[in-house]
Parts: sequence; C-alpha cells; structure tokens
Amino acid sequence: MDTLKRRLLDLIIYFGLWLLLTWSLDWQGVVVGAVLAVLFAIALSGLLPEKAERLFSPVRWFWAIIHLFSLLFWIIVANFDVLYRVLHPNLPIRPGIVKIKTTLKSDEAKAFLANSITLTPGTLTIDIIDDWLYVHWINVHENLEDAEAITRDIAGRFEVTLRRVFD
Amino acid sequence: MTVILFLLIMGCFMCLYRVAMGPTPPDRAVAIDTIGVMVVGICGVFGVVTGRDFYLNIAIAWALLAFIGTLALAKYLEGRGFDE
Amino acid sequence: MNSQVGLAPIILISTGVIFDLVGALGLIRLPDVYNRLQAATKCVTLGTFLVLVGVLVHSGWNAMGIKALLAAIFVLWTSPTGSHALARGAHIAGVRLWEGTVVDRYKEDTGR
Repeated sequence: MDTLKRRLLDLIIYFGLWLLLTWSLDWQGVVVGAVLAVLFAIALSGLLPEKAERLFSPVRWFWAIIHLFSLLFWIIVANFDVLYRVLHPNLPIRPGIVKIKTTLKSDEAKAFLANSITLTPGTLTIDIIDDWLYVHWINVHENLEDAEAITRDIAGRFEVTLRRVFD
Repeated sequence: MTVILFLLIMGCFMCLYRVAMGPTPPDRAVAIDTIGVMVVGICGVFGVVTGRDFYLNIAIAWALLAFIGTLALAKYLEGRGFDE
Repeated sequence: MNSQVGLAPIILISTGVIFDLVGALGLIRLPDVYNRLQAATKCVTLGTFLVLVGVLVHSGWNAMGIKALLAAIFVLWTSPTGSHALARGAHIAGVRLWEGTVVDRYKEDTGR
C-alpha cells in the first residue's frame, strides 16, 4: 500500500478518535477535529505499518477477535494464579529467566506475542533479540533442557492465532 | 461506592509502602507505575460516584502520562548501575 | 450524588478492586523486582480494566462510557509494554535476582 493511502487512513483514524473522545456532533467541534486530523496526518510520521491493506481482511479480524477472547480467558486464569501464589503463606515460587524461540516473522506479531505472554500465567517478557524471547517465569519446569516443551507451554497457545492475524 | 474508593486508596498506600521501603530504585519505579494504573481506576469510580464525565478525561490523560513516565523511568534505569 | 448503581457494575467494579488489592499485596510480599512486576502487572491491569468496564456498563453508550472503554483498551495495551521496559531497565542496571532463582539465560547470553 503506498504512502498516500496510508496517510489517508491515519487521517481517518485520528478523526474517528477525536469524534469518539468529544462525543458530540456540534459543527464547531467537528471542524476543529477535521483540521487537527489533517495537521497530525501531515506532521507526524506514519501510524500504520507497511502492509496496512491487511486491515481490510475480514479473516484476519475474525482471528483477532478469537485471539482477544483467548487472551481474556488466560488473563483471568493468570490472576487466580497470582492470587494463589500471593496469599499462600509459603510463597510457592521458583523463578528463572528462560529463552524461547518464536516462529512468528513480523515485528507487530512479535510485539503482540510479548504483550500476550506478559499478561498470561506466571510469565513476563524481558527482551526480544531477533527470534529469541527472554521470559521471566515465576514457576520454572523441572527439566530445563527441554526447550521445545518450554516454548510450547509459554508461547504455543498464542502463536497459532497471532500467525493467522499478522503473518 | 465509598467502600470501593476507600479500598482503592488503601491499595495505593500499599504501593507507597514499596516506594518508601524498596531496596533498589527499580522497585520504586515499579510501585510508581502501579500507582499510576490504579489512579486511572480511581478516576473511573469518581466518575460513577459524581455522574460527571470529565473524570474520564482525567483518566485517559493520566493513563497516557503514566505510560510515558514509565518509559522515561525505564530508559533512565538502563543508563545507571545499581548493585544493591 | 447519584447512588443508583446497578448490580452488574457493582460486581464488576468490586472484582476489579479485589484484584487491584491482590496486586498491591503481591508488590509487598514477593521477593525481587521481577516477581513484583509480574504480580503488579497482571493483577492491576485486569483490576483497572474491570473497573473501567464496570463504568461502561453503568453509564451505557454515552460520553462517559466511550471514554471509559478507550481508557480500558489503552491500559490493556500499554501496561505490559511499560512492564517490559521496566524489567529490561532493571536487568541492564544490574539488579540481582532473588537467591532462589533457578536460571538466568538472559545474563548468560548478553553478559549484562
């Protein structure tokens, strides 16, 4: 998608955000919002990544919604996990930093994978270097050598949906 | 709703304990970040209690500023060495 | 003062506040920066998200509800990003891990 179209999409997003935030169709407010949206679309560097035409693919949106619901489910599980660990008198934790290899290619997919991993039970992404994610895990497995099992436990449940959304 | 507000503010004070006692500066940064997110919730509850929507404007602005402040604190921490 | 708050918003907001308090308790009880960051990020993010969704359910689709929804999405999006930045900053600054820590692959690989 070329630059002009992406800038136009930026403009529409800024204007929509303005309308949602002010939540009135008073003509003065709308005119100010339109002028500001044009200024921002010209002055700021692009909001959207290169392959922005993927925004119009309904299949990707379908998988994004599936991903959102699975994410909400795992966030709730994670919260009960923290509840158990914090309220237990002996603090049953066994922390460590492990590294996992992701099969996702694009940067956006990796960023969303890192955020998803942070919000799910017992894991916190610390850094991404190329294809390797360094993850702080609050309850590390017994066998640390089995890298595939670690990757499957931490990232497997999200890679399936994120690959269909971004790659 | 008063009880809920009281509990939220108590949570903020629990974070302030970590700000005061945290052994290393990153501990304090984490606690400050947590307080920032909690204050967004407090603004939302204030909006419900008073029935006015400008508290939610404060909540959005606070969320933006807390995020940028956290990133600035993290960048500051990267440049320093804290060994105990 | 409008005190007419329905049952569903009360339940959502109360659950959110309970998770907020668990996060703050984890911040006090857990032993090192990274574990504290885990508890604080997960619980406080979901807690604030639930509080704001409760505000949305209470007020419906008007100015207040939309702003609460935008703030909720924003918190859900940026809170984990901020915690990555803090964890990375703390590790680079050389904050030691808790003595019960099993393994530190990040230090082995980057030497920091």
